[in-house]
Parts: sequence; structure tokens; C-alpha cells
Amino acid sequence: MSKGHLRQILLITDGCSNKGEDPVAVATLAREQGIVVNVIGVVDDGKSALAGIQEVEDIAMAGGGISQIVRAKQLKQTVQMVTRQAMTQTIKSVINKELQHILGDDETIEDLPPEKRGQVMEVVDELGETVDLEVCILVDTSASMERKLPTVQEALLDLSISLNSRMGSNRFCLYTFPGKRKAADKILTWTPDMSSIHSVFSKLASGGVTPTGPALREAIMSFSKLAKRSRMDHADTFTEESGV
Amino acid sequence: MPTHLPRNRAFDIPPGTMVTGKWHGKQYQIIKPLGSGGQGAVFLAHSERGRVALKFSTDQANIASEVNVLNKFSKVRGDSLGPSLYDVDDWTTGRGTFAFYAMEYIRGTPLLECVRVRGFEWAPIFILQLLKDLDKLHREGWVFGDLKPENLIVTGPPLKVRWLDVGGTTPMGRAIKEYTEFFDRGYWGMGTRKAEPSYDLFAVAMIMINLADMRRFEKGDDPKKQLLTYVMRHRKLAPFYDEIKGALTGAYPSAAAMRADLLNKTNGTIGSDDRITNRKTRTKKKKEWKGTVILACAVLFAYFMYVAIFMM
Repeated sequence: MSKGHLRQILLITDGCSNKGEDPVAVATLAREQGIVVNVIGVVDDGKSALAGIQEVEDIAMAGGGISQIVRAKQLKQTVQMVTRQAMTQTIKSVINKELQHILGDDETIEDLPPEKRGQVMEVVDELGETVDLEVCILVDTSASMERKLPTVQEALLDLSISLNSRMGSNRFCLYTFPGKRKAADKILTWTPDMSSIHSVFSKLASGGVTPTGPALREAIMSFSKLAKRSRMDHADTFTEESGV
Repeated sequence: MPTHLPRNRAFDIPPGTMVTGKWHGKQYQIIKPLGSGGQGAVFLAHSERGRVALKFSTDQANIASEVNVLNKFSKVRGDSLGPSLYDVDDWTTGRGTFAFYAMEYIRGTPLLECVRVRGFEWAPIFILQLLKDLDKLHREGWVFGDLKPENLIVTGPPLKVRWLDVGGTTPMGRAIKEYTEFFDRGYWGMGTRKAEPSYDLFAVAMIMINLADMRRFEKGDDPKKQLLTYVMRHRKLAPFYDEIKGALTGAYPSAAAMRADLLNKTNGTIGSDDRITNRKTRTKKKKEWKGTVILACAVLFAYFMYVAIFMM
């Protein structure tokens, strides 16, 4: 949570990766850089279990995020809940670290008496409302996902309505995998508003392989591109100012 | 610290279970479940103050946030808007520690049930009561958020709508976190989820729509047109078209403004008009009329018999 930013990758998939490096390793790498990885596994309405269920959990655990297995129907609420809960969790873990500095031992928010806990939660809620959020969304568009894509699109639009009702700023970017040439294709570059994804999902090509690991790597890269871009924005304003 | 969302694990606390708070030591004996949601459940319980409602959750943070809201509520409450908060504590069991709070148990009839039994003519009256309370809440800087019939209960007589679950109440200007699609402005694509009076008023309009037929439906391609057409064509809703439209489109600046319009309209419709009277009451009237005729015939017959006997 550097400079009041929360960074998340949201991976939406329906199965096991079958190409490239281990996604669990890449998720661990993401966490090392302060990027939380959340994973939502989408199952078909008929089926009860997902082949890649273990992988979904492992990636989220390695990435310090939250995992959830849902049917396509529940996707809308889940995307929202997972993003929110992961934000709260990140903020809480930062506060827990601070608490341990002050109180020592393994004191966490949960060990506080209810009154004190309430005060801490107020701070957590406050931060969750005001912190700036960057979410890189990674959508699996392999053949089996095709029918679920309209639902995914609606869920993402709904997510942007919710997050944009907060006081803090938001930036989203969207990648789909497998890409045409690379592991993942950038569909939407960093933007505060996702309403433009209406058109992008229609022109997707669905392929057979699922390179989850390499796709996650692309997602990590997107954050450094964003950082570079905002640094350049800063530089621009700086030269403008000094030019006057 | 890996965290998985709890997998809708049903809260199953058998009646008779004693719940003892870890911090304050108060004791509660579970009577029966009252309802459950995504992350928690509410139970009726005996306590030293009599019957109370206990809300449990697997998510301590969630309980802590709700308690914060309830605490602030009790501070601003002139007359009781939501249930009063009694106690906050943790319950340690073999299955883990659950956070809970004890609040006032409000006895009454769920709003939907009440209007179904008494007829739609009661709907605008309950909505007027609701708008008055909402106006108070908004003036204190809060927005209800997850406003829906399930969170409303009718107490009395005299009949009065009260709020059951105020867990979704949000400070003005922040984002609404808890909502139910049918009553959510964001779902219908008719605005943001920012906590402002118009967010609640949209939900109020949707409650009226829900009360008319006890029906909820999904959005179509043009949700705004869909809703307005539905209201215009509906026998029970059409008289309130202007007020509902105003609330749906965010035209009302406050709950008081909507209430004033609705009050005017309701004064004009109640009693004078049988548009909103149920067919049921009409058939009932017919039956009553039949009863009177039969009774009159019987009396006449008895009289003739009496006269006949007397003459003989």
C-alpha cells in the first residue's frame, strides 16, 4: 500500500492453466511487489465442481488475496464482494502490522475488545472509502468461457459503478488470455471508467490453451507501465510549471 | 494470511443453546432463528432484559462496522428509528469465535405480508411513514442503503412501519456497500451507488412497485422506459405515477419533498375512490348483502308463522 494506492489483480477463469510457467509462482512474485491477486473460478450451472479448483485457491493464497468459486449467475455480486473484501483485508493487514509494533506479540484487530475493534474498523472503513485503487482485470477467454463472457462483462460494469461511487479514485485495465500472439492481450488500457468495455468483448477470439502464469506476468507488467505513465504525467506538469 | 470467504456456512445454533459473551459475560439462551443472510444470522434469545435479537457473523469486521452504525443511530435517535443496541461481544465455541451483538427485538408483521392482507390502500400510508423517518435520517447525514420490504416491519396497532436491519446505513457521500438488485439504482442503470437521499428515494419507489403485485422482475434493454411504462399501465400504481417517476429519476431533493406530493395525492385517493379497493372486498360486500336478504326472509317467514299460529 505505497503512497495510498491499493493494487489488485482480479483473475476470472474457469479452469486449469496448461501452458507456460506456474501461476502460483507468478502470484507469489506479484505479492512481493505489493500487488494482491484475487481469483474467481466460474463453474457451469450444471457442474458442481471445477477441475482447477485447487489451482484457483493456490493462486489466491500465494497472491495474498481472496478466492471464490461461483456459478456464472452469482458472478456480479462476487466480483464486487471479492474486490471489497480484498481491499479491507489489505488495509487490515497494514493496520495489524502497526498494532503489533505498538502492542507487541501477535496482537491483531480480532484480539481487541469489541469497543476498540469498532474504532479500528472505523479507520479501516474510512481508508477503504478514500484510498486510490488500481485493478488489473484478467479474463480467461478460452473456448469454454465463451458463453459466460456476457455475464463477465455485466459483472465488470457493475463493479465499476460500485467502485466509482467511492470517494477515492479508481483505475482499471483489462487483459484477456490467451492472446493472439502474446500470452494476454490488452483490451482496455488504464482508465477510471469501464463503460467502454461494452464493445470490446464482442471481438474476442477464443483459443484452446490457458496460459494463466504468463498472463499474470503481463498483468504485473501493466502496473509498472502505469507507474511509468504517472511519473511522465508528473514530469510534464513539472516542465510546464518551470517553463512559465 | 490466506483468507477464503466463508462458504455460506449455515449458522446452526440449536434452540436452548446458552451463549455467553467472552468480554462482558452476559448470557443469552437461543429461542429460535429469525432469519439469515450471506454472512450471518439473527436469532431470538432470552436475556436478563427479556427477549432480544442476536445477530451473529463469521466476519468480525462486518459486525464491528454494523455496531458503529447502530451506536451512532442511538445517539441521533429522537424517537426510535431502528432497533436499539444492547450489547456487543464475541462467542467462543468449538467451531471458532463468532462476533455478535444483541439488539431490541421488534415484534410485528413483515411489510409485504401486512399489505397483502390489508390491501394496497395501506401501501401509500406506510410509505408516508417511511418517508418521514428517512427524512430524519438524511438530516442527520445518513443514508439507509439497503432499503427493501424485508428490512421493514409493521408494528402496532396503531400500525407503524419500523426498520429491522440498519446494517447497510452509510454516511452521506460514501459508497453504498449493501444493496438488493431490484431496489438498487445502480442495477437499473439509473444512477450511482453514492449515498445520497435520492438513492433511498429510488428504493422507496421500487418498494411501492413491489407492494402493488408482490412481484419483482428483471431489467430489460431500456430499464427506465420499462419501469415508467409498468407504473403507468398498472391499475394500482398509475394514480401515483408522478411521485414514483420523480423518485425513480432522482427529481426529488429530499424525502420531505416526495412525502408532501405523496400526501396530497393520497388524501385525494383514499376512500373517495374504489380504484384501489380490492375486488375481494367487493365480493365480500356481495356476500354480506346476500346474508342480509336471507336474514330478512327468515324474519319474515317467522313473522308469518307467528301470525298464522296466532290466528289459529
